[in-house]
Amino acid sequence: MGDYHHGPAKGLSRWLFTTNHKDIGTMYLWFSFAMFILGGSFAMVIRAELFEPGMQLVDPAFFNQMTTLHGLVMVFGAIMPSFVGLANWLIPMMIGAPDMALPRMNNWSFWILPPTFLVLASTLFMEGGAPAFGWTFYAPLSTTYAPPSVTFFIFSIHVLGLSSIMGSINIIATVMNMRAPGMTYMKMPLFVWTWLITAFLLVAVMPVLAGAVTMMLMDIHFGTSFFSAAGGGDPVLFQHVFWFFGHPEVYIIILPAFGVISQVIPAFSRKPLFGYASMVYATASIAFLSFIVWAHHMFTVGMPVAGELFFMYATMLIAVPTGVKVFNWVTTMWRGALTFETPMLFAIGFLILFTIGGFTGLMLAIAPADFQYHDSYFVVAHFHYVMVAGAVFSMSAGIYFWLPKWCGRMYNEAMGKTHFWISFIGFNLAFFPQHFVGLAGMPRRIPDYALQFADFNMMSSIGAFIYGASQILFLYNVIATIVAGKPVSDEKVWDGAEGLEWTLPTPAPYHTFETPPLVK
Amino acid sequence: MIQFSDNATVDIVAKLVAVTVAMFAFVFVVMVPLYDVLCDALGINGKTSGQAYTAVAATVDETRSVTVQFLATNNQGMPWEFGPGTTAMKVHPGAVNDTVFHARNPLPQPMVAQAIPSISPARAAEYFHKTECFCFNQQPLDGESAAQMPLQFIVDRDLPRDIHTITLSYTIFDVTDMAGGAVATR
Repeated sequence: MGDYHHGPAKGLSRWLFTTNHKDIGTMYLWFSFAMFILGGSFAMVIRAELFEPGMQLVDPAFFNQMTTLHGLVMVFGAIMPSFVGLANWLIPMMIGAPDMALPRMNNWSFWILPPTFLVLASTLFMEGGAPAFGWTFYAPLSTTYAPPSVTFFIFSIHVLGLSSIMGSINIIATVMNMRAPGMTYMKMPLFVWTWLITAFLLVAVMPVLAGAVTMMLMDIHFGTSFFSAAGGGDPVLFQHVFWFFGHPEVYIIILPAFGVISQVIPAFSRKPLFGYASMVYATASIAFLSFIVWAHHMFTVGMPVAGELFFMYATMLIAVPTGVKVFNWVTTMWRGALTFETPMLFAIGFLILFTIGGFTGLMLAIAPADFQYHDSYFVVAHFHYVMVAGAVFSMSAGIYFWLPKWCGRMYNEAMGKTHFWISFIGFNLAFFPQHFVGLAGMPRRIPDYALQFADFNMMSSIGAFIYGASQILFLYNVIATIVAGKPVSDEKVWDGAEGLEWTLPTPAPYHTFETPPLVK
Repeated sequence: MIQFSDNATVDIVAKLVAVTVAMFAFVFVVMVPLYDVLCDALGINGKTSGQAYTAVAATVDETRSVTVQFLATNNQGMPWEFGPGTTAMKVHPGAVNDTVFHARNPLPQPMVAQAIPSISPARAAEYFHKTECFCFNQQPLDGESAAQMPLQFIVDRDLPRDIHTITLSYTIFDVTDMAGGAVATR
């Protein structure tokens, strides 16, 4: 490594005590990949049970634990920390800062995560089993009827929230205070912009989630009745509080993904991003709208018609800034000198599949139609199109895009492209048929189903196994690259890549931008 | 290492921590009360008023009658026998009606109970007035004793004409622990 001053410490203490944004970013990425495998193995159990109708492998109680933990681990363990990892690696390098603003807190934000997930995973072995009430943990299922392990779940959520809030404060302080001279807000790369807005969303809604689980804790152990109708509370209140957090949460997941795509597409189109300013304003609009649409997750609770209409129209309004983004990406590619390396393939895959997920979202936004779609497999198909083909595809694009910069070695392009195509086919085989079974009436979160759904479910399971297996190839490719990839020394790695991080030597030294660059 | 303005960092962190604390408090001091106020104003979750209704002089609408059904449910782990005196009544809007619920404590020790009402359909809630209800207060009962608990109500003359049946449901639950010394005073 070409160090400017000194290299990292040796051994385990390097990772335990590090305050280096690149080390912490690396740990976040590896941790989130481990969680991706864990959450993915839960999904494999779910799809194996659903391979055929009838009960084959697991009992229904365990099946419910699998759906719950799959959701929790994927959302809080895989997707969110992976983008925090990218943010740690890239934000200082993109704005010309030597490190994050609060490096010691950064170490803490990461290191409280692994023990927390250990606690959450250990609930599987507790008496009464792991939480089995779905990742949305609706009361009273998660209070009155919850297994004893719910208390461990509540504390896990508290600590995860703490980690996210600390990470967000760090990112906001870094972006607002540590930009290189001349790096005005409207010159920041879009990835930095989307993360800045995401961090504000996190600071605003993670405490709301903490409030929701605190109320659960008080209902369970301290005799309050926030969510118990018998005590004068209301279970529907839980859904309002949860989704007031939950809807911004889905944008917390997808906005950094938008940021990655906005870096990758221009690089392989060899054109600057089309409509930079409109991208920034669209991101901010989406963030604002995310606070006033939450009840579209609960159209069937018995809201007044005026409420249904308000949340329906407000939700549809989100299609406008999202459409601005999609058209800007397409226009960026228009008449560009396109090449289709792996990151670009994943970005284009994202663009197509995320748009499908957006359209099914619009269908779900129609309140009267939602009464049929509600809690069906159509919803499952919709959110996997935006979470997996949205967030995870963009994450894959990001890893292939920046990995050569990070470790100074090139990944195997043929293997990368194979990973993309197997992922793309597996993903669509897994989730496209779920639209059909959902519209035909198959409810979500059930271990058994009516015979007429058998064929599509078998296709879905085969697709899921293919998609899962393709991630092993990804893991192999990444490790092979780090250990023995073909060295690259070009600063830019990709000839079309633009931005401060590509002005640094390759591989990126341990300490960078100790003297801030001058941005013209 | 280059020192950026530490004061600015401290300033940003302080503000963001304040936002975090404020949002946590927001759940408890704004969202929960606001939810109750909105449900009350819109009459959407079947909750009736916890206060006795002061009857206004009004004529009885004898042109139509409404069926009022009574349901009684025991909350989980509540051992009392609890039920309505009559399961349904046909009443005229505007008329004052009386009925009773009966309760019996089968255990040897004194207990205190609280009944929580709910109206279905929910939009009938604001037209269902209770001038007297055992649900306004906690109900103490000595061990192995029983009580008749009175309910007096008026169905509002303005009840929408498409509502022909109103279901009044009570869930009774054990508040002995929360009532504290109340048992002894009885």
